[in-house]
Amino acid sequence: MKASSSWLKKYTDIDQNADELAEALTMLGLEVEAVSDRYDFLNTVIVSRVNSVTPHPNADRLKLCLADIGDQVLSVVCGAPNVAEGMLCACVLPGTMLPDKTVVKEGVIRGERSEAMLCSQSELGLGDDHKGVWELNSGLTVGVSLKEALDLADPVFEIDLTPNRPDCLSMIGVAREIAALHQGRVKLPVIKLPKATLLPGAIKELTSVTIEDPDLCPRYVARLVFDIQVAPSPFWLQDHLRSVGLNPINNIVDITNFVMLETGQPLHAFDHDRLAENRIVVRRAEQNETFTTLDNKEHVLTDDMLLICDGEKAVAIGGVMGGLNSEIEANTTRVLIESACFNPVSIRKTSKTLGMNTDASHRFERGVDPNGQVFAANRAAQLIAEIGKGQLIKGIVDEYPAPVTSKLIRLNTEAANRRLGVHLSTAQITEYLESIEFKVKEVDTNSLKVMPPSFRVDISRFEDLTEEIARLCGYNTIATTFPLIPGEARSLNPAIVLRNRIKDLLNGFGFSEAITYSFIGGSSYDSLRLEPNDPRRKAVGVLNPISEEQNVMRTTLIPGLLGAMQHNLLQQNKNLKLFEIGSVFMHADNNDGLPDEIEILAGLQTGLRTARNWQTSAQDSDFYDIKGALEALFNHLGVANVKFTSQPSELCHYVRPGHTARILIKDEVIGQAGEVHPDVLRNYDLKQTAFIFEIDIQRLTPHLPETVEFQPITKFPAIARDVTLIVGREKEAGDLLKTVADTGENLVENVQLLDIFTGDSIPNDQKSVSFRIIYRSAEKTLDDETINRLHAKIADKLRRSFDASFQTR
Amino acid sequence: MKTIEQIHAEALTAIETASDIETLKELKIAYLGRKGAITGFLKTIAQLPPKERPLAGKKANAVKKELDTIIKNALQKTQDALASQTDALDVSLPGRSVARGALHPITQINREICAIFSKLGFDVVEGPEVETDYYNFEALNIPRNHPARDMQDTFYVSSDIVLRTHTSPTQPRVMEKQPPPVRIIAPGKVFRCDSDLTHTPMFHQVEGLLVDEGVSFGDLKGVLTTFVHQMFDEETSLRFRPSFFPFTEPSAEVDIRCVICRGTGCRVCSHTGWLEVLGSGMVHPAVFENVDYDPDKYSGFAFGMGVERIAMLKFGINDIRKFFENDLRFLSQF
Repeated sequence: MKASSSWLKKYTDIDQNADELAEALTMLGLEVEAVSDRYDFLNTVIVSRVNSVTPHPNADRLKLCLADIGDQVLSVVCGAPNVAEGMLCACVLPGTMLPDKTVVKEGVIRGERSEAMLCSQSELGLGDDHKGVWELNSGLTVGVSLKEALDLADPVFEIDLTPNRPDCLSMIGVAREIAALHQGRVKLPVIKLPKATLLPGAIKELTSVTIEDPDLCPRYVARLVFDIQVAPSPFWLQDHLRSVGLNPINNIVDITNFVMLETGQPLHAFDHDRLAENRIVVRRAEQNETFTTLDNKEHVLTDDMLLICDGEKAVAIGGVMGGLNSEIEANTTRVLIESACFNPVSIRKTSKTLGMNTDASHRFERGVDPNGQVFAANRAAQLIAEIGKGQLIKGIVDEYPAPVTSKLIRLNTEAANRRLGVHLSTAQITEYLESIEFKVKEVDTNSLKVMPPSFRVDISRFEDLTEEIARLCGYNTIATTFPLIPGEARSLNPAIVLRNRIKDLLNGFGFSEAITYSFIGGSSYDSLRLEPNDPRRKAVGVLNPISEEQNVMRTTLIPGLLGAMQHNLLQQNKNLKLFEIGSVFMHADNNDGLPDEIEILAGLQTGLRTARNWQTSAQDSDFYDIKGALEALFNHLGVANVKFTSQPSELCHYVRPGHTARILIKDEVIGQAGEVHPDVLRNYDLKQTAFIFEIDIQRLTPHLPETVEFQPITKFPAIARDVTLIVGREKEAGDLLKTVADTGENLVENVQLLDIFTGDSIPNDQKSVSFRIIYRSAEKTLDDETINRLHAKIADKLRRSFDASFQTR
Repeated sequence: MKTIEQIHAEALTAIETASDIETLKELKIAYLGRKGAITGFLKTIAQLPPKERPLAGKKANAVKKELDTIIKNALQKTQDALASQTDALDVSLPGRSVARGALHPITQINREICAIFSKLGFDVVEGPEVETDYYNFEALNIPRNHPARDMQDTFYVSSDIVLRTHTSPTQPRVMEKQPPPVRIIAPGKVFRCDSDLTHTPMFHQVEGLLVDEGVSFGDLKGVLTTFVHQMFDEETSLRFRPSFFPFTEPSAEVDIRCVICRGTGCRVCSHTGWLEVLGSGMVHPAVFENVDYDPDKYSGFAFGMGVERIAMLKFGINDIRKFFENDLRFLSQF
């Protein structure tokens, strides 16, 4: 919303300079985003003296002028007949943008150089006169800018209005707030209607208004002006519109725009002669009814939209835009002025559905003053009759089926003071409210009855009044206090504590934290090679995504991490250790329709584990890097019994079969870790392999120990025995080690894997596994006999369970 | 014939001045060897009167033992010095590297915000990212077809389900489950259908809510002032100005003095000297009514802030998109 000082001053005094006013309005809740002076372009328009005028050698109508602009003399080609030696005129320097948006340039006109432009009053937007160059008052000083010479300033305020203040979508509305700043009152324009004519009759004989759907149109006011002449508007009207960035069109359209900007009430002017039966019917559209608006676009309507019709057909989409079939044309002589009040919700739905956001719909959907229609209609009628030189028809149509009643709000001033933390007297509160035209009646010392003005559609209850009081007394005058907070012990949110711990641990292991978008492209699931019936494909879709890359909620964090890897590789960051903790969104049949949000830890490692340096050669990362990190994580968290076992290849979609582990705790799968499938690397255009892991934090949580119990440190010595055995290649070392531990009667303290060997004398389908068993008792020094027995028992168990052959060393 | 005292003194001086291992070894032979001075002296004891022999022998042996220790120590010391010289390290060589990770700056700022409010007595709660229209809008007094919906460009999942546009839905969610008093903050991801130089379609917010009897707008100012002073510094002044949020009344935008230029005007604050960092207000009675709180008995305030915004100010980051590129050269700076 733009408001110019010159226009605002019609309705209020302004005490402050532009910056002060902008600040004051902002602190009153009307945030001023920018202030600019619309005459700033006159800084490069200079008062100049025409030193000489000679004919243009190549054009009869053009002249060559030498214009003295104080510090230099410019050659200017000029076509104005009145340019004469010695006259003072406005010389526009190149680069200046004129009000009609043309930028003046240096150039060559018919072979002669023109370094500037001498211009007319109307070209500068400073008057009507466009006949020749503007002869300036001879008392002005040559070389001074026109802005300075004429002392022109018109600050324009760009106000970012919040949706609750439609009353300020008008000059009068903004002026009212400014007036309140100095306890003044806004001066409304005095409407003096020209004498109305009774010929060809009173308005009731010439038109009628029928509201068929009063729920969508609570009020419809119409006036008629006949015998008007459509013509360009007078300068003052054009100037007002231009001051807030609107282009003048013709007097009738300009007047409807002017009155809308002045009062906030949108108006529409119909050509009365083009209305069938010269009358207005307000009704809902038929389903699929089509209508062409005056921007020449055809719309298909639905039956909850409101149409303004004549005796036969639709002529406007109510509150949104008029129709091509009834708009004012050059030869229009009879005008019906519509000044109506429409249902805000209906207008909003219509404007959203049709994708049409007009100045009118913007105001209607926020709410216009339900009692402002007659004033605006009269204001427009007066101006059209005056400017359009027409005859005002006597009378007014005011269809107002269900008049709004004024709201009365009870205001307990003590409660208001308590809510705000202030100590205002009832008199002071009354003064504040009255300054913005609220009617206040004292019930008793602490109780007021307040009636907000009808244009304040946002005020309906006590709390709304407290905001008015607060903003008028100034938020910054309210003393800072502190609420009473009991010193009670509160427990931390365990999910957040765990998340923070995991983040800190991975950070310590050298992983950096990534945050990727919660939505990914639906095609990611193809890139990940998911089966058609994979539940992760049943992703929650976004109906209005910004792009196809962000159209579904993720069901895995892997695409995000692969995307981060892609970005980093392009930046030559080839060695990465990343992790992310975030939600995945799984389709669910919850009552509220929401998906299950499951917190996942995922990670990715790629490139070198160790870069080449003076001590070691470069080493590539591998599966055991991420496994080691996860083992360390589980170890730190105190989670025992974590098992890594080969992920069956039918479950390896985006991971490489034979190079991927599923991770289990007590037979429940909590995640996986492995190398990215080569096809997936290709799909993401990644030129180096990567290792990833995914852990379901919710499944991990139940396995976290609640407390840590100290185990006494035994003073008895440990005894080590090494074993080498030969087993089938498919046997997992993890199972061997676990069997040793389980068979060890609590005397096996540790089993260390020493070596895995294949080839040489070992048959092709076999491997040799060496490990060291550490025996120790908490109660005594173990004797050979005990250990031999136990060792034999373990050997026997391994032989039977794993079909192992082996030698004990 | 030298006395044992003379031998002792000579030896000490010689050892003292000996500078290398060879000399020390020679001294050892010269004094302690089979043909050494002390052995020589011991041999002369037999010539002494029998009465003096035990004392002389004792003295000689004591000297022998002492010199033996001194020479041994001197040898060790010289050898150590030599060894340290020959295998000295180039300590300027880089150490064996320990991989360094980094926590995302958003996590760091989030933790800082949560820590401040935790100390003030607020609990940390979380809510879903995919949210019902009811909690995201209706329960917060933003009915369908209300222009306030234009304040936030919403991603829709269906007509009733949205990606939450703010962390505010945690307000009704928490209040539905517990009676007052309520003191919570709720960090989380939020989504707006907006993507350009200064907007990413996902970003982070922290919501705050305090409900009790007798809570005032002055209390809101107090808590947020404390927060800003903790988050930035005590010199950072605040400005509260009227605004509009459908779920608060009165509503306030909170500006802080530009932390870059301290109010003199710069590009970051668009030459206003102020930075908008928080939205806030007294909880709207309609919100209380939706969760069956009695608006006549209870009052409260709510606030919300953008985490990226605060991180950008604290770290001097000028492009919000950097937060989600996960470039290692970005992440490793924090």
